[in-house]
Amino acid sequence: MSNRLTNILIPVISVLLGIIVGTIIMLVSGYDPVAGYSALWQGIFGEIYYVGETIRQVTPYILAGLAVAFAFRTGLFNIGVEGQLIVGWMAAVWVGVAFEDLPKIIHLPLAIIAAALAGAIWGFIPGLLKAKYRVHEVIVTIMMNYIALHVTNSIIRDVLTERKDRTDYIAESASLKSPFFESLTDFSRLHWGIFVALACVFIMWFLLEKTTRGYELRSVGFNQHASQYAGMNVNGNIILSMVISGAFAGLAGAMEGLGTFGYASIKGGFTGVGFDGIAVALLGGNVAIGVVFAALLFGGLKVGALNMPLEAGIPNELVDIIIALIIFFVASGYMIRYLIQRFSKKGVK
Amino acid sequence: MDYVIEMLNIRKEFPGIVANDNITLQLKQGEIHALLGENGAGKSTLMNVLFGLYQPEQGEIRVKGKKVNITNPNIANDLGIGMVHQHFMLVDTFTVTENIILGREPKSGASVDIKKAEKDILDISEKYGLKVDPSAKISDISVGMQQRVEILKTLYRGADILIFDEPTAVLTPQEIKELIQIMKTLIKEGKSIILITHKLKEIMEVCDNVTVIRKGKGIGTVKVSETNPNHLASLMVGREVTFKTDKTEASPEGNVLEIRDLNVKDNRNVPVVKGLNLEVRAGEILGIAGVDGNGQTELIEAITGLHKAESGSIKLNGKEIANMKPRKIYENGVGHIPQDRHKHGLVLDFPIGENMVLQTYYQKPYSKKGILNYKKIYDQARKLISEFDVRTPSEFTLARALSGGNQQKAIIGREIDRDPDLLIAAQPTRGLDVGAIEFIHKRLIEQRDNGKAVLLLSFELDEIMNVSDRIAVIYEGQIVAIVDPKETTEQELGLLMAGSKGKGTGEDTNV
Amino acid sequence: MGIMDILLILIPSTLLWASPLIFTALGGAFSERSGIVNIGLEGLMVIGAFSSIVFNIAFADTFGSATPWVALLVAMLMGGLLAVLHAVASITFRADQVVSGVAINLLAIGLTLFLVKRIYGKGQTDIISEGFGKVDVPLLHKIPVIGDIFFSNTYWPPFVAIIVSVIVWYVMFKTPFGLRLRSVGEHPMAADTMGINVTKMRYIGVIISGAFAGVGGGVYAQSISSDFSHATISGQGFMALAALIFGKWHPLGAMGAALFFGFAQSLSIIGSSIPLFENIPSVYLLIAPYVLTILALTGFIGRADAPKALGTPYVKGSR
Repeated sequence: MSNRLTNILIPVISVLLGIIVGTIIMLVSGYDPVAGYSALWQGIFGEIYYVGETIRQVTPYILAGLAVAFAFRTGLFNIGVEGQLIVGWMAAVWVGVAFEDLPKIIHLPLAIIAAALAGAIWGFIPGLLKAKYRVHEVIVTIMMNYIALHVTNSIIRDVLTERKDRTDYIAESASLKSPFFESLTDFSRLHWGIFVALACVFIMWFLLEKTTRGYELRSVGFNQHASQYAGMNVNGNIILSMVISGAFAGLAGAMEGLGTFGYASIKGGFTGVGFDGIAVALLGGNVAIGVVFAALLFGGLKVGALNMPLEAGIPNELVDIIIALIIFFVASGYMIRYLIQRFSKKGVK
Repeated sequence: MDYVIEMLNIRKEFPGIVANDNITLQLKQGEIHALLGENGAGKSTLMNVLFGLYQPEQGEIRVKGKKVNITNPNIANDLGIGMVHQHFMLVDTFTVTENIILGREPKSGASVDIKKAEKDILDISEKYGLKVDPSAKISDISVGMQQRVEILKTLYRGADILIFDEPTAVLTPQEIKELIQIMKTLIKEGKSIILITHKLKEIMEVCDNVTVIRKGKGIGTVKVSETNPNHLASLMVGREVTFKTDKTEASPEGNVLEIRDLNVKDNRNVPVVKGLNLEVRAGEILGIAGVDGNGQTELIEAITGLHKAESGSIKLNGKEIANMKPRKIYENGVGHIPQDRHKHGLVLDFPIGENMVLQTYYQKPYSKKGILNYKKIYDQARKLISEFDVRTPSEFTLARALSGGNQQKAIIGREIDRDPDLLIAAQPTRGLDVGAIEFIHKRLIEQRDNGKAVLLLSFELDEIMNVSDRIAVIYEGQIVAIVDPKETTEQELGLLMAGSKGKGTGEDTNV
Repeated sequence: MGIMDILLILIPSTLLWASPLIFTALGGAFSERSGIVNIGLEGLMVIGAFSSIVFNIAFADTFGSATPWVALLVAMLMGGLLAVLHAVASITFRADQVVSGVAINLLAIGLTLFLVKRIYGKGQTDIISEGFGKVDVPLLHKIPVIGDIFFSNTYWPPFVAIIVSVIVWYVMFKTPFGLRLRSVGEHPMAADTMGINVTKMRYIGVIISGAFAGVGGGVYAQSISSDFSHATISGQGFMALAALIFGKWHPLGAMGAALFFGFAQSLSIIGSSIPLFENIPSVYLLIAPYVLTILALTGFIGRADAPKALGTPYVKGSR
């Protein structure tokens, strides 16, 4: 069986397995799976409002997925997307509330760039430590997540506000809100950000596949020693990769801060988008277009799940379980690949 | 029959290749039996089958006449089979004692009884003349002592059949002498030994019988007393081997590479190249002979900019290149066939085509203003693939999928095609079959005949003697002698490599 | 408020916050010393916290004041069970160990909340009636000064945690089991040639880590949060991982780091009411464990070297 087909089959089989196990869980806990899945389906496609909400949810998922995938292609595991997203969110809102009478053409890009920059800085630190001291980025990015959480909380409370739990709304001139989309989707929170996300999908694809820089990044990702031997700047590429990855993650935060919510608030815990981004990247095979499909799936599941308690009385956490299981299955691709090979061999005989 | 081990008609497959095909090996009590074959012929696979690390698809194993089924190393241990691995199986952070007792720990209460273990180990080490320090950490002891620990591991487990897998590859000539002495002592104490090697000299010196395998197939067993090195070599390779490479007299002129007082430290910050001087001239192949670990790797990495030079000068065509970035050095006319082709030479997960521009992808015509031109890249790849006879299904095949010989041809093609004034070839033929070796030697000589300089590093003395026009012997980070391959002998080189100043060669070390 | 008064508040609180971290970090040591990265400690704590609370609520009448202890055994079992999933994925199926750990975390929080809603019909459980209450340690609390600071008006779990740390140190560095476990994490192929079953040792390491993290979660839930909801375990597992690394993968080092992190955590919560600390913004205390761990990894505070084979699957017969 061709490699390419297997690469597509593994995520598909994983999703199917996840849904099957989800069915079993519903059965065992006394719920009606048919009602459950139809509620889920309705929650995604039942009303135009839900479709709008799904695409809104997909927007940060794409960017978070790109962030993980981009780092991964350069051989780095960015678990810190969550933290980079939070600082990006805060930075975007900061710029959004700081100016009141800037024209939109300046204010909005400025806020978006601030988010990307904040995320990039948050990615730069683990990148630098990896390049300079060979410290494993997984641990550093985990630690950076918590530092981001506490630091942004502190800034929101003590700098952006006077000991309040959330900031003011951002100025209209910095907002991604789209009255057009809202009217189109029965007043969902769908905003212009989806175009930012799709632009980034193109950027990632073009950068990695078409440019010499992308050649270097991929080369370093596969084999640092050979890249160094070939005269590439390995450390520079590691840092650059984390910076770009962090910038994608920061943009995901901007989507929330400038689009969905319009403010930043104190957080008791993580948004979860960053960790879901790992699932998105993994399922999408760490390629740009795959990330879009995976984000659509997970965004749909997440938004559709909210309809499950309403229509079928099933806790929406069922979807979180299914997503976690899908990750397990994709990650265990070695096993699935092995089974596919056994299967297709038998078919031939 | 007093065979202690019989491996009969063994077959072992790996996905895509048959590593062992119908091989038979019979070991007599009290003999040293050589297992001879080229790199990649399947020697290690066969021994890993015997040791229980791999399961054979066919064939049977008998130990002292009894049919056995060795499914894991524990069973091999229980049968008295011990293996001294080529790549030492030692835990760096553990002590000598901890490594030896691992898996068979003596206990007092719930604890490991380290005192008793150390005493037992000292007893065994005295009996067989294997000097070790039981409480030293593995990371702190010499390679020779690490090998003694490996041997002790098997003896501690009561092994009386020992397998030595290429034991001399990492040793100095002195350490080799000691090892041979140890092996003889072991035989005297009633042990039997299988020696895996591709070095004919060692076989002639210590072995009683030799079993030859070629490309995974068993060729047969001969008595050492009834054979000679030439015969063994032809059995191993499958045809007459001349040992001599055809080439004309070199006509060198002018220095391409000039190294003066070079000092380099290794990764642990220990000086390993110490005030080294060397010259390579246009139109000659200079071979560097030496035991592994005498600064060769660091020397080459310093020339190519991969490793920092602490002090000294490296001049290429008169231009200082010390501590330049690797890319600048390549641009100045250096080609580099690296020692470890998987680690350094190729990005295995790239298509072989993209590997062909690994150093030049940023230059025209392969890219323009940062945008890659895949058409030009693959044009170049197709050209090199046909010129250098790289056997690959297509230029889009991942480099990983190619055989070692074809991977190496791809690298050599890529390096020679850039037409470097200085070509550095570090162990260019390691692990390759004879056909590929001859091809590569021819290309190196061609490069020389075109008036380029070639710096050849090899741990195979044969290769050094046959291909080089001059031989520089490196010892402890210095060039201790420059000799003419036509006038020297392996014995003399061996002595020089071991650090004893041989007879004067008429040339100063500072040439 | 004198020094003595400060210590009387601070020490029991430090010990209280440290004990879940100690248990979980010790668990992490078993897994990572065997060569398997365990990012899933957080999720394993979640399952421990959940199962201990559910058990506690259901059986408080049956077991009385022994309930929290019995509930810890349940938490241990459940943690061990969930860890089997991590073991199967990362050892047998050779999944990326970090990814598998992330999945464990997502699964644990999803599964427990699903079950909480299924069992109780709401997003969080009731408050338990039998938690780990305050005690005076018999005899020791009578020691002048030291008894007052360390052994009076305090909790049992920290003392158990400290004793267990010493036991873990002994097991890991003095017994054949420990030697084998570490050899598998350092050089699995060497261990294999010595007849040690690498897969088995790694399974044991990962399952023990789940059991310990389950206990950590159970201790946290029954002594600090007293109920279970989505926010019960929020970062404790990752902080335990940090303690493990800061403690250089050594059981006693991890214990020391956990105590220190517990100190920082309790200070961040009660610091504002203590004269000496009221002026330190709590954010510094909150991020201290993470910043210090990064610095430790960077080598500014003594180099921390991970087990050599950490994160790499062992493929038997690979060439």
